[in-house]
Amino acid sequence: MTTNSEITQSGLWTNNVALVQLLGLCPLLAVTSTVVNGVGLGLATLVTLVVSNTLVSLIRGFVRSEVRLPVFVLIIASVVTIIELAMKAFFYDLYLVLGIFIPLIVTNCAIIGRAEGFASKNPVGTSALDGFMMGFGFLIVLSVLGGLREIIGFGTLFANANLMFGEAASVLTIVLNADYGGFLLAVLPPGAFFGLAILIVIKNLMDERKPVTSRAVDDSLVDNL
Amino acid sequence: MTSVIVSSPYVSPSKSLRQLMINVIIGLVPGTLAYIWFFGYGVLVNIILAIGLALIFEAIVLKLRDKPIKPHLTDFSAVVAAWLFALCLPMNSPWWLVLIGIGFCMIAGKHLYGGLGFNPFNPAMVGYVALLISFPKEMTTWYLPQVISGQSLSLIDSLAYSFGLFEIEHWDAFSSATPLDQYKTGLTQNLAASEIFQSPVFGALGGVGWEWIAGGWLIGGFWLLISRTINWHIPVAVVCGLLLFATGRYFLDTATVASPVFHLFSGSIIIGAFFIATDPVTAATTNKGRIYYGLMIGMLVYIIRSWGGYPDGVAFAVLLANMCVPLIDYYTQPRIYGGQDQDE
Repeated sequence: MTTNSEITQSGLWTNNVALVQLLGLCPLLAVTSTVVNGVGLGLATLVTLVVSNTLVSLIRGFVRSEVRLPVFVLIIASVVTIIELAMKAFFYDLYLVLGIFIPLIVTNCAIIGRAEGFASKNPVGTSALDGFMMGFGFLIVLSVLGGLREIIGFGTLFANANLMFGEAASVLTIVLNADYGGFLLAVLPPGAFFGLAILIVIKNLMDERKPVTSRAVDDSLVDNL
Repeated sequence: MTSVIVSSPYVSPSKSLRQLMINVIIGLVPGTLAYIWFFGYGVLVNIILAIGLALIFEAIVLKLRDKPIKPHLTDFSAVVAAWLFALCLPMNSPWWLVLIGIGFCMIAGKHLYGGLGFNPFNPAMVGYVALLISFPKEMTTWYLPQVISGQSLSLIDSLAYSFGLFEIEHWDAFSSATPLDQYKTGLTQNLAASEIFQSPVFGALGGVGWEWIAGGWLIGGFWLLISRTINWHIPVAVVCGLLLFATGRYFLDTATVASPVFHLFSGSIIIGAFFIATDPVTAATTNKGRIYYGLMIGMLVYIIRSWGGYPDGVAFAVLLANMCVPLIDYYTQPRIYGGQDQDE
């Protein structure tokens, strides 16, 4: 039986989608050139995960196991389409920036992975929580990576915040160094690989320094599998 | 009477790594001297900065990896990589540009792959390409040869300039695009090659100054061949690959296309052929493979120069060919003595 705190810990840290499962790398690497892009895609993925997990969990008693994967894919595709249309209606500028990566959320393996691996076997409440925590873990990594690349690449933070939060949010934009010429490599695709690798290194180093007890729990879980 | 019993191998390798690297450094001297003669002490400042920083980075990473520091620093491999890297930079580059580039060269290009002998890509080229795509403005501001601009900086002024302590007045009188860059820009303005070559930066063979520097690399390259530091296969194949395309296209269209001689004596094809492509770690290892590898670099350089976005393409060509080395080696394995060819 998985408790809520275990689900939370797993989604945010021990089984983080981006840092441990390394799923959904395509959007992760492609759009995290600024914080706002990262947060935008992270939120869209989060909503998709929560809704698709809830729906899959609701129908888990009715769907025969032979056809479950096509059904899950249909549900996820419908959810993503709704989110895409909603973004077009309310955040059109951000939609233009994220472009093709919104429909591509469908292909994010983390979503079908949670539907198949968790939501199809658990009650609605825990499934929704799992979707939220997994999505939130993904969102955090996207934002941090976006921040890292934005600071190094452009020398700013929260640039274009008005795209997502309205004109009032323009004041959020911080220019760290006006004379900064920019380090293009951080913004280009290689910078995303370097940035993600650095984040994974930091996570693994932090895990190594943790007391042994918490790692023993993980090992026993692996043994049971 | 005692006899010494010696076990195999009876033929000891004639050259240590250190001796190889010293040979390469000797080979680099004539070209570097010509470079300094035409473009001033800024070249020397780059080289000194790069070597110093490379040794510091190397020592730090070796320390982190619990490796012995002294033998790795004194085999001069870091010095050679830094020297080659510095020669790619525009003269008088700011210190931070050298720092970032050499950091990439040593850490990402060399030690992340496991250090000397394990790196699939030429470290100097990794550092250079990282800078080229990150800082296009800084990496394309070149100087005019001193014979044209008539101005020169002293060694102290060059050093101060790299650290931002010295301002150059009349900057425009100093700076210029490289001849290859000018040729490329001229082509985009629909000028014929003969019109472009009216500009004073072009000399008899390549750019003014550049042709002498290429000659210097050629002398150094012959020294490498004579001292048996490198085999003839790669340099010859690189030059042939370039000439194959350049000559063919020149005879089809003499009006707009630069002559093969210009291609050979401009940019970094000669230093690339003798010093960069021949890096024993990242080049193909069989003789047949080396010819394919060299031809590929030569052709890619011509393709990038003619149709690519950058005026010169030696660094990209070398990196792309490095990527193909495992494949080339796999298909060019020599027949084992006494064994049979698979075709027979």
